[in-house]
Amino acid sequence: MIGELGQLSLCFALALALVMAVSGLMGAQAAGSIARKVATSSAMGLLVFVALAFGVLTYAFVVSDFSVLLVADHSHTLKPLVYKISGVWGNHEGSMLLWVLVLSLYAAMVAGLQRGGARLTSAALGVQGLLAAAFLLFILLTSNPFLRLDPAPFEGGGLNPLLQDPGLAMHPPMLYAGYVGLSAAFSYAAAALLVGEAGWTRAARPFMLIAWIALTCGIALGSWWAYYVLGWGGFWGWDPVENASLMPWLIATALLHSALATEKSGAFSTWTLLLAIAGFSLSLIGTFLVRSGVLTSVHTFASDPTRGFFIMVLIALAIGGALALFAWRAPSLQGGAAFAPVSRESALLLNNVFLVASCACVFVGTLYPLVLDALDGTKISVGPPYYALTFAPIFFALLLLVPFGPRLGWKRGDLKAAWRSLYPALGVAAVAALVVLAIVSPRGLAATGAFAVAGWLIGASLIDVRKRQGARASAFAAALAHAGLGITLMGVAGTTAWRSEALTVLAPGQTMTVGPYTLRFDGVTREKGPNYVADRAHIALMNDDRAQTMLLPEHRFYPAEGQDMNDTAIRTTGLRDLYLALGDDRGGGRYALRAYVSPLAPLIWLGGLVMALGGFLSLWGRLRVKEPEAQPAAPAVALAAE
Amino acid sequence: MTPKKKRRLAFAAALLAAGAAVAGVIVYGLGQNTMYFRSPSDVAAKQVSEGVAFRLGGLVEKGSVQHGADAQVHFRVTDGKSTIPADFNGVLPALFREGQGVVATGRMDARGTFVANEVLAKHDEKYMPPEVVDALKRSGRWQEGAK
Repeated sequence: MIGELGQLSLCFALALALVMAVSGLMGAQAAGSIARKVATSSAMGLLVFVALAFGVLTYAFVVSDFSVLLVADHSHTLKPLVYKISGVWGNHEGSMLLWVLVLSLYAAMVAGLQRGGARLTSAALGVQGLLAAAFLLFILLTSNPFLRLDPAPFEGGGLNPLLQDPGLAMHPPMLYAGYVGLSAAFSYAAAALLVGEAGWTRAARPFMLIAWIALTCGIALGSWWAYYVLGWGGFWGWDPVENASLMPWLIATALLHSALATEKSGAFSTWTLLLAIAGFSLSLIGTFLVRSGVLTSVHTFASDPTRGFFIMVLIALAIGGALALFAWRAPSLQGGAAFAPVSRESALLLNNVFLVASCACVFVGTLYPLVLDALDGTKISVGPPYYALTFAPIFFALLLLVPFGPRLGWKRGDLKAAWRSLYPALGVAAVAALVVLAIVSPRGLAATGAFAVAGWLIGASLIDVRKRQGARASAFAAALAHAGLGITLMGVAGTTAWRSEALTVLAPGQTMTVGPYTLRFDGVTREKGPNYVADRAHIALMNDDRAQTMLLPEHRFYPAEGQDMNDTAIRTTGLRDLYLALGDDRGGGRYALRAYVSPLAPLIWLGGLVMALGGFLSLWGRLRVKEPEAQPAAPAVALAAE
Repeated sequence: MTPKKKRRLAFAAALLAAGAAVAGVIVYGLGQNTMYFRSPSDVAAKQVSEGVAFRLGGLVEKGSVQHGADAQVHFRVTDGKSTIPADFNGVLPALFREGQGVVATGRMDARGTFVANEVLAKHDEKYMPPEVVDALKRSGRWQEGAK
């Protein structure tokens, strides 16, 4: 019965999405004030029904209603409650429902906040309605989460143990909030093209910020999860699935910067529209890559070709439609005011060139193997060395230029003054490089350079914060986000350059050393978890022949799913991680043990957090200031305010 | 040409140059760093030169896994037609089993042994890397539905 309620809600939601699409687009005309009201209410209704459907599915998972096929396939009575809930999106159908839920949430926010002109908002709702309808249709036709199973089994199939993890329980909702948040920017861009309203960037900015924050957190969570679950001590593997989330982030970052220029002086107005379209297109492509079964990974749930085909058609329609609209309407938008070669606009342009170029590297590296395989069946893979050669130098060059941007004035900037104000940062960079050269071994050019650039970024941000006391939140936000980049860079450089690794087979009582640590292996015990059995290694961290702390890496077996996984033990000082993973049983109580010492590893994710905080600060500054309703963002006014 | 047109032209030229540079970097990077997937039969047919990194996929031959000193592991990868000996120094993934599919990254050495620097984990018992399925199909050892 409860399953049919979910099914019915989805049908209602589809109807409301269609109403919203039609009325929203009708409301884009000047005379459509009634249609605008209809669009707003149907956006709210859409959210209610999608949330109801999602709630029903969650309930089915929580009470283990195995008469629902999806629950029977992916849940288990013995699973802890939190993983019963996260199991809702730990499969193809549920994750698509989550996708639509987030889409509806953004539609409701667009309708509720009513940012920008009434016609613009209405058109944006119309586009959002089209997207919602397309995805609801996709769910109902190819991925219905409420299919029944008769007779209902007594026990479910369980959830992939790799996914039974607190980090990964939160990872998909976070990433989806980012992916789908770009849909709001996309809808506003399409609406701006339809209505011809140039001020759309101001209206869409909070959504871009939310999407960017969520993407930043989502990527950081995913990388953290890979670090402590996969057991090889790495934080980023240039896996296609990781790339699929990195590409929208790069474009969203470019979009945030370019939209700033468009808002302030009308510069790059068409380029910003194109970025908004590209950002969401990459989100869609990412979804296709991850969910269609083209790639094989822990993320791939579906291997049903009709689904892949449906998503492909959906992507083609969305991207093709938006680009056609762009080609048709963009030439009629008026261009921005002229700016000097040395100016904030030029700096933002350079930022965009580098970000888009680095995204292009990732794009080609991700898709080239797929295209080659489809063409003639040649199977190749593109690994980290490719990205070290292409992505890394481009992104590095971008980081070098970052501190100049906020120091150049709009329209015309003073490069000499910017240089002068950056002297202290240059000093910080020099000190950082010297410290690395002087006290740390092994010496490496890459690590020295990376620390110099990190010092440069963080130094410049500190100057910004000092100089601009009493300035608007946005200046602090930028400083914080840029400093976060520097922090992450230090973490990446530190772990890459100075990680030590030890790999030994130990019998109980034997010791091993890794970096500055001595470890004693005290044997393995058999433990029983709620839905798994584990071999738990007892490893003592030694301090002068005394056991200081016990570390307990585990090897778990999940009988319901028939799968194994590792649970690593990590002891962190905040600046250095000691990382242990239990390897295979070598007989006679002997086990293989892998240990890493990763200096500065926690900074990788701390930097991500700082970047996200910068985003939050900017968002807070935006929402706190009441929108100047009657006063469009005229370039002259914006300039005077600066 | 008006100054505005001139500026636009310079701008377009600069963007074009940047685009060309990025394209050059990408093509160069791909040329240097793509790794081919090879089955044991491909290796036996001398499609792989010594010292070139590639990915080897197939089944871990039954009874072939031997542990050496420390974390040294020796095993053989087969696709039913040809078999390649492999050496690995490291922790094997949790689901590394005899008779199961495996994908490893590494190079051939002078003795004709595959020296792996990474052995990839499978995610569950049912999962078979698609490349391995393809390789088995090509060697005629794949039965649909059999596990």
